[in-house]
Amino acid sequence: MIPAFLVLLGCELSGNALRQMLGLPIPGPVIGMAILAAGLAIRKAGPSPRSSISGSLELTAEALIRHMGLLFVPAGVGLIAEIDVLRSEWLPIAAGLIGSTLLSLAVTGLVMHWSIRRRAARLSPDTVQGLERG
Amino acid sequence: MIPIEHLRNSLGTTPLLWLVLTLAAYTAGNALQRACGGTTFASPVLIAITIVAAILVGTRTDYRDYFAATQFINFLLGPATVALAIPLARSTRLVRENLAGVGLALLAGSVTSTISGIGLVWLFGGSRTVALSMAPKAATTPIAAAVSSQIGGIPALTAALAIVGGIMAAVVGRTMLTRLNVDDWRAHGLAAGVAGSGIAAAQVAERNELGAAFAALGIGLNGVLVGIVVPLMVHLWK
Repeated sequence: MIPAFLVLLGCELSGNALRQMLGLPIPGPVIGMAILAAGLAIRKAGPSPRSSISGSLELTAEALIRHMGLLFVPAGVGLIAEIDVLRSEWLPIAAGLIGSTLLSLAVTGLVMHWSIRRRAARLSPDTVQGLERG
Repeated sequence: MIPIEHLRNSLGTTPLLWLVLTLAAYTAGNALQRACGGTTFASPVLIAITIVAAILVGTRTDYRDYFAATQFINFLLGPATVALAIPLARSTRLVRENLAGVGLALLAGSVTSTISGIGLVWLFGGSRTVALSMAPKAATTPIAAAVSSQIGGIPALTAALAIVGGIMAAVVGRTMLTRLNVDDWRAHGLAAGVAGSGIAAAQVAERNELGAAFAALGIGLNGVLVGIVVPLMVHLWK
């Protein structure tokens, strides 16, 4: 767990440092995530696929992600400090939340669906015709 | 010489009390969800937030005191966000195989979410602060909250919107996409990940493995995209 935290916090620190040095508008942890993902992708391509660090990293990451809900509680409770905003702007908040969630679901699903079918049609026209009939 | 009491523990009784209460509220939320047959409506996070908020209001405790006491939990959000790189790196093969489709769908869905979120809030007479809190809400909650505080939104509001939006996407997502004749698990998974992050993705993951992989992909890539695109868009819109 300690080497895993060393890697995770090291990436977060690098992300924060990069953000400050380059004046990027992106949050430090997001840059840290990109750094780690790039590092892992390079390692996987290289000759040594497994080590004790990557095993420990996977376990720790899994535990952190599985209990991520708990980590939101302190920030989420902050809503009680914003109760005035909720009360005075409930309509735009509800409209924006419902509208944008449904639109984004539909657009992502439809574009992905369309591109899969287009690719399948290019690869073998018969399969898609079969799908359409079925 | 440092007095020995200083070495014992830096946390007093009151901060420990809030830490314990937060853990207890989350555990209670999990138990309640299990008791309700694991339904998405009974989100442990929402239950825990409600319990803790009720206790704070009931005891007239200042939120700042509570937040200072539970800083340690909040601090872990940073490494947890970085940890999302691990499932993301695992799905590089899937990205390479479906590069054009995933890229296009992700970009279209993510931009739609941001612009329609800001636009609808503005259309219904909401303030700039609320619009900025809405903009990053489709990203996974830690990223959404981080982006929100970066661009001048209210991180707590964004976190709550991300959670409630995720529940909504989980509840209506499958039915809605099936009505739109989307019958591919890759499309269902990616849409759940992009529009509803972790909560909606979990719903798809229960039903289909390929869908789960694409949902994880949607969460990771959308997190990076929102982290980059939303601050830049807001930077230009001043």
